Amino acid sequence: MLVFLIRRLVGTVPVLVAVSIFVFGFVRLLPGDPARLVAGPDATAQDVAAVRIELGLDGPLLQQYVRYMGQTLRGELGRSAKTRQPVAHEIGARFMPTLWLTVAAMAWALAFGLLVGVISGVRRGRWQDHAGMVMAISGISFPSFWLGLLLIDLFSVRLGWLPTGGYGDWTHFVLPSITLGAGVAAVLARFTRSAFVEVSAEDYVRTARAKGVPERMVVWKHTLRNALIPVVTMTGLQFGFLLGGSIVVETVFSWPGLGRLLIDSVSFRDYPVIQAEILLFSLEFVLINLIVDVLYAFVNPEIRLK
Amino acid sequence: MSAAAKAAGVQSPLSEFWRRFRRKRIPLVAGGAILLIILAAVFAPWIAPFDPAAPDYENVLAGPSLLHLAGTDVFGRDIFSRIIWGGRVSLSVGFVSVFLGGFAGVALGLVSGFFGGWVDTAAMRFCDVLLAFPGILLAIAVVAVLGPGISNVIYAIAVFSMPVFARLVRGSTLGLKQTVYVQASRSIGVRRFPLVMRHILPGTLPGVIVYLSLRVGTSILTAAALSFIGLGAQPPSAEWGAMLADGRSYLGVADHLTLFPGIAIFVTVLAFNLLGDGLRDALDQKLRT
Repeated sequence: MLVFLIRRLVGTVPVLVAVSIFVFGFVRLLPGDPARLVAGPDATAQDVAAVRIELGLDGPLLQQYVRYMGQTLRGELGRSAKTRQPVAHEIGARFMPTLWLTVAAMAWALAFGLLVGVISGVRRGRWQDHAGMVMAISGISFPSFWLGLLLIDLFSVRLGWLPTGGYGDWTHFVLPSITLGAGVAAVLARFTRSAFVEVSAEDYVRTARAKGVPERMVVWKHTLRNALIPVVTMTGLQFGFLLGGSIVVETVFSWPGLGRLLIDSVSFRDYPVIQAEILLFSLEFVLINLIVDVLYAFVNPEIRLK
Repeated sequence: MSAAAKAAGVQSPLSEFWRRFRRKRIPLVAGGAILLIILAAVFAPWIAPFDPAAPDYENVLAGPSLLHLAGTDVFGRDIFSRIIWGGRVSLSVGFVSVFLGGFAGVALGLVSGFFGGWVDTAAMRFCDVLLAFPGILLAIAVVAVLGPGISNVIYAIAVFSMPVFARLVRGSTLGLKQTVYVQASRSIGVRRFPLVMRHILPGTLPGVIVYLSLRVGTSILTAAALSFIGLGAQPPSAEWGAMLADGRSYLGVADHLTLFPGIAIFVTVLAFNLLGDGLRDALDQKLRT
């Protein structure tokens, strides 16, 4: 296990380097002069030069990269072009709302998705299966922003039970987390069902039935436990999807999170913030993949012995 | 295979596919729906009852009626007509982006799987990195570089569709390389390019076709989301996601503003997903999930 862990950790290094080059290259790929864009059309040549130094766009490319990496590793992400606040500060304030929203969405999506998936798998071919899978394919095809609007319309505007948006107590979490989690719940339901059906065809399940193991035990112990192995990976990967989805859902619900900050900075061309956000999102994603792999190796010994 | 089919000899793959595909009703209906949506988009100027951009200040925010089937928006523009015209935008974004990404991905996958070695390693690591980003984040990054607008959204979606196809095609290429007929063609000295194009590429196509359908649905959804958050189609363009964004402020006052564009997106994406599922069942049993 330790060897696997070390090998996997070493394996993330090239990905991290690629991510850093991508994020570094991002501002430099912009058509035109980013320093001129940030400084504004009325800026003098001196202003533009000052902004260029502030953005780290002066000097040879390699030197820029080394400087950029040094600053990033020390946590110096520059200042927002819009608010003039340190980027780290801006992002820090937005981090927890997004994290909690993601966790809340994943919690219900996982519970609901597994439940529907298992019921569909056990009742394969019957109405429970059909109903579950109709829900799942609809969930995958449903635009999250429209779902959000429909929920706001019903529960906030018409019934007045829940707030239309913003960040606060648990009532603020209900609608955004349902909106964000719906797609993931649908994916997990489909995936759990197919994993379940696949394992049901295994010899050991048939053997268990043949030797007279009670059906409930066959489902829970022999089938479900093995079916859950690929579901672990899928769940982890869906966390990344939630990070992406949060960008849209936060816009719908005026959620003060990272996603809305990203959209605002893209519209405002606030490059230091965009750069830092893309870096942060990528790091989170690399970290999630790492955790998923380790967890996978933990539940499935075959992987770590390879 | 039934006894009758056997007696008739070997069937062409296409008729075999059609025989399996038409057994299920849902993918057929989905395919029909897609055909209708495509036809409506192509013939929009003749089908749409109103000019999608013409304001009518006498008829602002009117609910659905016989004259305006889906009501009118803030400027009195006919929403039904706008949805039909909007189909042009959504469908072209979906098809163009996925075909661009699919084309690049298939090429990369073929090269990667056929040649192996460092080419393969480099290509797959590149795909890993691309896949390491959530699609919409990658799309936003591309839009941030190129600027908002529908054509940039197409490039953005093409970029994140590419690795999906590359991986898929690489996988089947590796398998096909070992088949007897490929080995045999090699042994009689068929050159590499014809070998790949004639003997390997066709074998990878079933999976590619399935993913094309599934990815078109995803792409339409992503494009609508990007337009909704203001990074895609710009007003006054009649794009479904942008229409939803316009209708946001009238929730509870004029729900038809968000209802009908929402239905349009949902039905279109659902149809592509159902078709993709049906194609998968009919084309390739191994791809079944």
